[in-house]
Amino acid sequence: MIAQQLVNGVMLGAIYMLVAVAFTLAIGILNFLNFSIPGLFMVGGMVTWALLAQGWHWSIAVGAALLAAAFVALLVERLSYRPSRDADPEVPLASALGFLILLENLFVIRYGSDQLSFPALLPDFNWRLGGLVIGGAQLVSLAVAVALVLWLSVLLRRTNTGRRIRAVAESRETAVILGVDVGRLVPQVFVSSAVFTAAGGVLFALNYLQVSATMGEGVGFKGVAAMIIGGMGSIWGAILGGLLIGLAEVLTIGFLGADLVDIAVYGLLLALLILRPEGLLGRPAAREKL
Amino acid sequence: MTAYQTGLLVILALNVLGAFAVYLPLSAGQLNLGIAGFMAVGAYAAAWLGNEQGWGATAAIAAGGGAAALVACAVAVPILRTHGIYLALATFALGQVITAVFLNLEPVGAAAGYPVTEHIGPAAVLLTTLGVAALVLLLSCTRFALCLTAIRSDAVVADLMGMPVRALKVAAFTLGAAIAGLSGGLYALHYNYVEAQHFGVMLSTYTVLYVLLGGTRSVWGPILGAAFFTLIPELLRASAGWRYAIFALLVILFMAWRPAGLLTGGLRLPWRRRAAEETP
Repeated sequence: MIAQQLVNGVMLGAIYMLVAVAFTLAIGILNFLNFSIPGLFMVGGMVTWALLAQGWHWSIAVGAALLAAAFVALLVERLSYRPSRDADPEVPLASALGFLILLENLFVIRYGSDQLSFPALLPDFNWRLGGLVIGGAQLVSLAVAVALVLWLSVLLRRTNTGRRIRAVAESRETAVILGVDVGRLVPQVFVSSAVFTAAGGVLFALNYLQVSATMGEGVGFKGVAAMIIGGMGSIWGAILGGLLIGLAEVLTIGFLGADLVDIAVYGLLLALLILRPEGLLGRPAAREKL
Repeated sequence: MTAYQTGLLVILALNVLGAFAVYLPLSAGQLNLGIAGFMAVGAYAAAWLGNEQGWGATAAIAAGGGAAALVACAVAVPILRTHGIYLALATFALGQVITAVFLNLEPVGAAAGYPVTEHIGPAAVLLTTLGVAALVLLLSCTRFALCLTAIRSDAVVADLMGMPVRALKVAAFTLGAAIAGLSGGLYALHYNYVEAQHFGVMLSTYTVLYVLLGGTRSVWGPILGAAFFTLIPELLRASAGWRYAIFALLVILFMAWRPAGLLTGGLRLPWRRRAAEETP
């Protein structure tokens, strides 16, 4: 059933892809390894779950979850990124990790650390193609993920905001001199990065039908791996990396057993970092924070 | 001293050791996000040698430190090809791989955990920690520490000045790992139980945060950071969830308010500074 495994891998990869794109936005544009992203992923899934449990309509629940993640991202920008721009490079990283720990534990205090079951929003629908079985939730996730990434790449390439963002990524100082309002642009980047992550969290909940306060850790850290494998700061790299990690994970589970997933994924990451630190699609880093 | 206070002191000692393990490579500019992996190597090595080979406690713990140092030395050469953020992520991946390997290693109990027969009391843990602390303090007065600071400030200049940058980096990385292994060995033999899940990402993260909060410019920084975050939550008597939430909140606030850590170079003792100014 290798074809089925490949399909499952691509579906899982779509979620990693969203998280990896969020990481790559922060590092490519702002040079900031935003380790609060796994927390935002969890906020996406958990807030949706909490509001659905209160009986809200799914669209309101998802919208509120995305808004909550965007709000937290603005806090991260204000408290982690902005004050430490001139400090030692590991300071913003530590501060962002602080946000991750804070978010996780606030949700543990409120909802406990157990797995919570997420209601099935989509009718149980399977699409059969030859011998392949593709779930409705999987299909929706893939469509949403691809749409979001396409929207982002059009935004970056074609619009004025995209031009400003690329200018800041190229050289912050020059962009400021040329009249880019960095003070307004940076929060926008944080918000879009948060929306991507939280959307990934919602899609994860839709697919696996469970959420927990620590759901961000595994997926979020694999998203970092995906970003590096593709090449830091490259959107297409993040997409490729996300798909590769998804495939590697599903194929490892299929052929070697679920216990070896972490060895396979992080071993792959380690080997790649040593052999080709710039990633598959990245250019060698000329400048880096930390 | 009550059992509670002794237990607290042991936790403090283990945290201080972990903080030193992060501090040494960090003083050469290497952020090791996989320190828990090296602790796991030390813990499992000490436990296995004590259980299966009949080694005494002292030898087993020392061998735990040695094993972690060996692993570090072996991976240091390829891993230190990467720099900055890539190094941090490579160590992060390494830590994950090491923990995952122990989680699947049947001879040491795999996911079920591994009971340890040898036992050491709290006094041994505290004495070892004091010894290591004294050693690190002593080390901070030597040329070695100066060279590490130079590399941290600017590796290219340090290289131009004739310092063996590569060797110094490997040495700092290995020494840090040895201390981590030692703390792992102490942990295993004191609590008589090792489980791979304990040595996860979060342990590495907390340890790194102790050091960053205490300050990375002075050898007292890691001690202060570890002490602050072991003792303050105890004093507040918070539940586990709130304890970490408060810890995280303090991390965020401190990083915004005092990004260089609690203890910085500026807080150096007054007579030391005067002495420095007098030298031509």
